[in-house]
Amino acid sequence: MTVLTVPMAETSTASVTRRTRVLRRLRRNPLAVVSFVVLALAGLIALLSPWLAPYSVDQTDFANTFAPPGTAGHVLGTDDLGRDVLSRIMLGARASLQVGLLAVATSLVIGVPLGLAAGYFRAWDAVISRFTDLLLAFPFLIMAVGLAAIRGASLGNAAVAIGIAQIPGVIRVVRSDTLRLKSLDFVAAAVVDGASDLWVLARHILPNATSVILVQATVAIPAAILGEAVLSFLGLGIQPPAPSLGTMLATAQQFAARAPWAAVLPGVVIMGLALAFNVFGDALRDALDPKGDRR
Amino acid sequence: MARYLLTRAWQSALTLLLSTIVVFVGVRALPGDPALALAGEDRSPEALEAIRRHYGLDQPLPVQFAQYVERMAQGDFGVSIRTGTPVSSMLTTALPVTVELSVLAILIAAALGVGAGVLAAVRRGRPAEWLANGLALIGLSVPHFWLGLLAILYLSVATGLFPASGFVPILEDPVDNLHHIVLPAVILGTGLAAIIMRQTRSAMLDSLSSDYVRTAKAKGLRPRAVITRHALRNSLIVVVTVVGLQLGGLISGAVVTEQIFGLPGFGKMTIDAVFQRDYPVIQAVVLLTAAAYIVINFFVDLLYSVIDPRIRVTGDPA
Repeated sequence: MTVLTVPMAETSTASVTRRTRVLRRLRRNPLAVVSFVVLALAGLIALLSPWLAPYSVDQTDFANTFAPPGTAGHVLGTDDLGRDVLSRIMLGARASLQVGLLAVATSLVIGVPLGLAAGYFRAWDAVISRFTDLLLAFPFLIMAVGLAAIRGASLGNAAVAIGIAQIPGVIRVVRSDTLRLKSLDFVAAAVVDGASDLWVLARHILPNATSVILVQATVAIPAAILGEAVLSFLGLGIQPPAPSLGTMLATAQQFAARAPWAAVLPGVVIMGLALAFNVFGDALRDALDPKGDRR
Repeated sequence: MARYLLTRAWQSALTLLLSTIVVFVGVRALPGDPALALAGEDRSPEALEAIRRHYGLDQPLPVQFAQYVERMAQGDFGVSIRTGTPVSSMLTTALPVTVELSVLAILIAAALGVGAGVLAAVRRGRPAEWLANGLALIGLSVPHFWLGLLAILYLSVATGLFPASGFVPILEDPVDNLHHIVLPAVILGTGLAAIIMRQTRSAMLDSLSSDYVRTAKAKGLRPRAVITRHALRNSLIVVVTVVGLQLGGLISGAVVTEQIFGLPGFGKMTIDAVFQRDYPVIQAVVLLTAAAYIVINFFVDLLYSVIDPRIRVTGDPA
């Protein structure tokens, strides 16, 4: 028996060197650094926005509606009710990030265990595949429409609808990585060694699947941010008067003749957030790719 | 082949059944009495009683479900609470608009995406690749309804090149129809184009470094011939795959695009229905979307197995 000489896992020293290699690759990629700094700043502003925002988001000023950007006291102008646009953009971006994280957390909590089970237990695979097919048949907007009809429109329901729609993607990547890991020697060794299925999944497969889960999450967040903007724009997401970039754009469309510039900034912020996540996600995937610097 | 076809058909049928159950249960989870929701204007106790009997709401649940499936299969989706017209006739006017918009968007996305993807792979490391990659990343990150908004504000309203909203049926005036729908189709197509571009680029890079391309080059085939032959075969697979995988996104995108450009399609009907609590319409929309998704994906898989015979062996596309 050679079982005892088989390495038991991608050992801890190996994973440390792997982590430093990934970090080094990220640091050397200027796009990764820039997008990370943008995301860190956005996260900081979002966290501190209740204190950083120059005005309360609900503070109206009917004598001063549709002030253009550059107006004294209102750097980015005011909206249809005379509320400060900069303050509302800051808190709107905070809401976008909240929905993004909440949606992705929802999809991971449900998708990761199902993906592990589908990849590890042959018998579960068919059942989970049908479940995935079922979820895919309801696009996120239709899911949101159904949820809004049953439970009403809100930030939470929008995040849940987006999160549910993202579950199939999580299941797919986790399942295929589990299939790959399951066939490796160290897993076989653990099984021969008498480890239970749960132990193998929790100690050997899940830790090694973290990188694909991380990449999946990084590309799912910008999709969720765009999804929130769409739902709020349509009135199915965050409800006024709570600030949201999507509803700001809906208002801008309504008053396009009076204040066409109002349609520009919220969109730029949404795009900036999504772009930073997508660029960082690409860089992360390249850095984690064991094949090295293909791209 | 026959076996693969049978398996896929059985899986699709099962998914269709499951999604019907989900919608059926969802309708029962709606706030209020379903009879009230189906009643429309006339809400007298007699009318409600008649509706309960007609829709079998007094029967046990399995019987109700069987009757429900029977009605849906016959295209009886009830009557819109808002307009009083049968939902099925609303669908016959709305669906062609959405189908035309989506098909046009797919064509535009395929042309842009494949073109840019091949260019990026062939011009590896040159400015053309950077430009194509950058545009694809922006295409993935931009909220498309916002692009539509800007297009209306700065293209339609400012220059008058395109109508800002409205629709003319294709049978009435094909030129005017295209004039109204081309801008929304471009907007809807950009997101899909970005995904197709990235997939095409990576498929091309893989095949350009493969043995058979090296062989083709070695035997003296002109580089252009190598690229076009392999690019065409690969990009066909990429487009079919992406359209299959992104169908849900396309449907969601069509809903928003129609809303912005005021196109009287499926999406506008959906959003109006949500705000008017027009439950029969919402139910029909959700069920039909799921059915369309399942049926179209079944055909996408078939097409896929025709283009790439390896799929039939493993039965596992992507």
